[in-house]
Amino acid sequence: MKNFESLFAAYLVFWAIVFVYHFSVSRRLARTEQDLESLKQQLRK
Amino acid sequence: MPLNRTLWLIVKLLAAAATAAAGYAIFFIAPDEHTMHAVQRIFYMHVASAWTAAVAFLIVALAGVLYLVKRESRFDWLGIAAAETGVAFTTVVLITGPIWAKPVWGIWWTWDARLTLTFVLWLMYIAYLLIRTLVEDLQRRATLCAVYGIFAFADVPLVWFSIRWWRTQHPQPVIGGGEGSGLDPTMWKVLLFTWAAVSLLFALMVRQRYRLEAARHETELLRQQLEERKESGATPAVSRA
Repeated sequence: MKNFESLFAAYLVFWAIVFVYHFSVSRRLARTEQDLESLKQQLRK
Repeated sequence: MPLNRTLWLIVKLLAAAATAAAGYAIFFIAPDEHTMHAVQRIFYMHVASAWTAAVAFLIVALAGVLYLVKRESRFDWLGIAAAETGVAFTTVVLITGPIWAKPVWGIWWTWDARLTLTFVLWLMYIAYLLIRTLVEDLQRRATLCAVYGIFAFADVPLVWFSIRWWRTQHPQPVIGGGEGSGLDPTMWKVLLFTWAAVSLLFALMVRQRYRLEAARHETELLRQQLEERKESGATPAVSRA
């Protein structure tokens, strides 16, 4: 297969962007849900 | 398990199966293109990502209209979720395009109509994301983004028609093009299947981002409540993270 390296690089880019985005949002969501829980506890006091 | 969670679990499983099947179809079912050979298979991911980005920006515009009409925060959350995901897929397009172009055209990039307008599209939605960091007031931010998202969508049909209106380095259309244009039937099926798989991924990404925005909104409201309590002398202040 000619130019297989370019083909491989393109699919690597696609999956890298999808996974980086997914993990970025997951981390932010986990942090925000932690903050939310902490605020709810403070409001209950 | 609640129906909503069951539904999204099914979407996740379908997305996993579909992307695996699409990968198989791209590498083993799609026919070899006679001039570009292996590198042409970038086409399926490149075009599927471009179409998904266009749908994402359409959702941003529609969510903007709905927000301006109904003034419900959930439409603002949908707007940012779709915008951010659309930027991710446009980034895929802007990187996979040059990777494909270099062995075929001999150059990474050229400032032709299609490529330039796609780059402008990416910059416009990066600006949309920046607006959200610069405006603190929730309602003002949502209104500004709604209006901006509606106008920014104008670039999407320009990108679509650019290869029909102008002579470009970018290949001429395979859909609705002139005589002699079009795709091999098997390539069409692989492309549509890949787009369906990428669309499922897109739906999951938008949902996840939507949940983040909804949680941020709730956090902001609770912070405001705590600050109001502090001002009335009921509870010690909580500093922002």
